[in-house]
Amino acid sequence: MGSLEQTVHSTDHHGPAKGITRWLYTTNHKDIGTLYLLFSLTMFFVGGCMALTIRAELFQPGLQLIMPEFFNQMTTMHGLIMVFGAVMPAFVGLANWMIPMMVGSPDMALPRMNNWSFWILPFAFVMMLSTLLMEGGAPNFGWTFYAPLSTTYAPPSVTYFIFAVHMMGISSIMGAINVIATILNMRAPGMKLMDMPLFVWTWLITAFLLIAVMPVLAGVVTMMLMDIHFGTSFFDAAGGGDPVLFQHVFWFFGHPEVYIMILPAFGIVSEIIPTFARKRLFGYTSMVYATGSIAILSFIVWAHHMFTVGLPLAGELFFMYTTMLIAVPTGVKVFNWVATMFRGSMTFETPMLFSLAFVVLFTIGGFSGLMLAIAPADFQYHDTYFVVAHFHYVLVPGSIFSIMAAAYYWLPKWTGHMYNEAMGKLHFWLSFIGVNITFFPMHFLGLAGMPRRIPDYALQFADFNMVATFGAFLFGFSQLIFVYNVISCARSGKKATARVWEGSHGLEWTLPSPPPYHSFTEPPVFTNPHRENS
Amino acid sequence: MSSQAYYVPAQSRWPILASVSLFLMAYGAATLINALSAESGGMLGLVLLLLGALCMGLIMVGWFGHVIDESGQGLYSDQMDRSFRWGMSWFIFSEIMFFAAFFGTLFYVRVLAVPWLGGEGEKGVSNMLWQGFEATWPLMTTPDMNAFPGPEGLIDPLHLPLINTLLLLSSSVTVTVAHYRLKQDRRSQVILWLLLTVVLGCAFLLFQVLEYVEAYHELGLTLQAGIYGATFFILTGFHGMHVTLGTLMLFIILLRVIRGHFAPDHHFGFEAVSWYWHFVDVVWVGLFLFVYLL
Ligand SMILES: [Cu+2]
Repeated sequence: MGSLEQTVHSTDHHGPAKGITRWLYTTNHKDIGTLYLLFSLTMFFVGGCMALTIRAELFQPGLQLIMPEFFNQMTTMHGLIMVFGAVMPAFVGLANWMIPMMVGSPDMALPRMNNWSFWILPFAFVMMLSTLLMEGGAPNFGWTFYAPLSTTYAPPSVTYFIFAVHMMGISSIMGAINVIATILNMRAPGMKLMDMPLFVWTWLITAFLLIAVMPVLAGVVTMMLMDIHFGTSFFDAAGGGDPVLFQHVFWFFGHPEVYIMILPAFGIVSEIIPTFARKRLFGYTSMVYATGSIAILSFIVWAHHMFTVGLPLAGELFFMYTTMLIAVPTGVKVFNWVATMFRGSMTFETPMLFSLAFVVLFTIGGFSGLMLAIAPADFQYHDTYFVVAHFHYVLVPGSIFSIMAAAYYWLPKWTGHMYNEAMGKLHFWLSFIGVNITFFPMHFLGLAGMPRRIPDYALQFADFNMVATFGAFLFGFSQLIFVYNVISCARSGKKATARVWEGSHGLEWTLPSPPPYHSFTEPPVFTNPHRENS
Repeated sequence: MSSQAYYVPAQSRWPILASVSLFLMAYGAATLINALSAESGGMLGLVLLLLGALCMGLIMVGWFGHVIDESGQGLYSDQMDRSFRWGMSWFIFSEIMFFAAFFGTLFYVRVLAVPWLGGEGEKGVSNMLWQGFEATWPLMTTPDMNAFPGPEGLIDPLHLPLINTLLLLSSSVTVTVAHYRLKQDRRSQVILWLLLTVVLGCAFLLFQVLEYVEAYHELGLTLQAGIYGATFFILTGFHGMHVTLGTLMLFIILLRVIRGHFAPDHHFGFEAVSWYWHFVDVVWVGLFLFVYLL
């Protein structure tokens, strides 16, 4: 079937096809990267609307707008969509766009599988969102779907949720295999592993984490399916199983998952800060080793999410100390970013502003994580708004800000036009203020004892909740500036040069802006100016 | 590698078609399972599932056929070959992690959860839930025998499982012999040894089916038989599915050898399947030890 038309393409530089088939049949890393990024942006707004629904309900105490049942569906779907639909696909999209250009290859190693990885996602999320219209409503058990809430007491739509998770897992695993194969096999001649840009390094390790833990997620949802429909007792003590087992397996996936959502962010920031500080990245080698250490440690810390379920004392201590150990490599990274900026010739374009906010605010999120890691203290914080504040600090001004930074940093490369800098700065400042107004008060709410995932609350929490809701709407609506800026940048704007930024380094900046449809059809010659023994 | 131009495939219809099929399969399976649990209908789900599976089968034939065509035309460089090798290796790693989740479950319930329920150890306080419950492994008497009637008997590990162990281990040997013969370009020998491997795989599956029949009809060892039945069937069941898939792939490789595919120095399709087969074999050794024997 149609194999001959696709035989010789090793030398001719064919451009994109016309019409919708370009996007449906594409094997091009840039097209697929764009699809991922647009999909992620769409899901960001879908999940964002759910977040605003939650915040609107919490604006005042008492039930105002929605029923508790629907509130639970909103918190669940918001979390799932933001994690699996917004943050992860955004990083995969950036990987697709940038890794082939950064390592000097024409495309990803397995281009057809690349297309498949992407196109599974829209179907998976159609299935997931369709549960909102089903009898009994959408999944309502929280994004962590603990048994037995997600088994014995789940709505029928949980079956669709399980299969949607399976599809996302297949997509992620194939995407990650592609990233690894590209990085290990498609580097330009002369580019050693320790010459790779840090974004490539962090993605290599992220891809390893994805392949290691997405199958575990598939395993845990399969056991749920068996318990719900086929009478097994994995998570039911009446048959000798254990509901806590669910949490162990889930968090064995879940903790590496949070690093899947932050390691590429580390990579992005490690690209951007040197560019705008006009200095080499401080401590490249230590950055690589720190990333590796974080990835390895991520497999032995999972039960820090479970300090209050009744672990043996030895378990509490083990998981407390291993978790605290992660602060060491993370501290190395923050130190290196600051040291890179030290005595640099800094300018503050939008990508740099987002990166700086990342360093500061992610560190705040890291510190609150350290507080949560203290097992005895966690007995107080557990399942309060302090946890919500913590993970939103690492995910919103952490992951999301890094994605914004990456988008502004590489938009001129992708589109060939400069974005509107004034509008970018406005977007940054409104986001920065909005994020902090939203999430900082949640620390106080949590420490005062406000539980998460509850649509109503006691009167003494009213003021901070009102402030948080105000911040959420400010943050949410200021993202429209970003959309406008991206669209106008794609259409027109000042022509971008190949280098784009004065301080930029790396193979992707040797290509014109926008780059040719196939990045490097001949392997470029790579020499690392900083490598001593080359 | 230095002066070589890269090969980039042109547009392809297969992936989007595969996505649609996967969606049909997943949506169909969920609809079918929900209908079965609610004991109403199920036709729609079944039709969607089968339709999706059929389309997926056809797509796989077409997609792989396409790749084989391209390879036959010599479009793939050594670099492409290495990409395939990395891809297959990491895919097998993901499969290992999938089984690791279930093995981890088994160890957790054996070493921690069940003894705690029986009152032993640091969390033995959970014995308050079902006072008088005694922890044993394999768990024959569950805490709530009405909800989860425990098994009456167990599979004798030295009977069918031992035979199956020998079958799978020798099939790993035969596939390796076939590989060596392929490298020596002795095609009729390759066919013979591959055929033997497929037969061994089928024999394994047959015995596994017999064992399941015995478990269900004579031993009361079912999915509902508490945590022993649950871990037993999820581990052996997923392993059995992998053996089925592996046997099917070996069979396809056999057909391809008969058709004259594969060169002595260029036969990654063959190697990938044999890697997969060794992986399935190693998982079985773990199963034999920890599910049946110990
Ligand atoms: Cu964690």
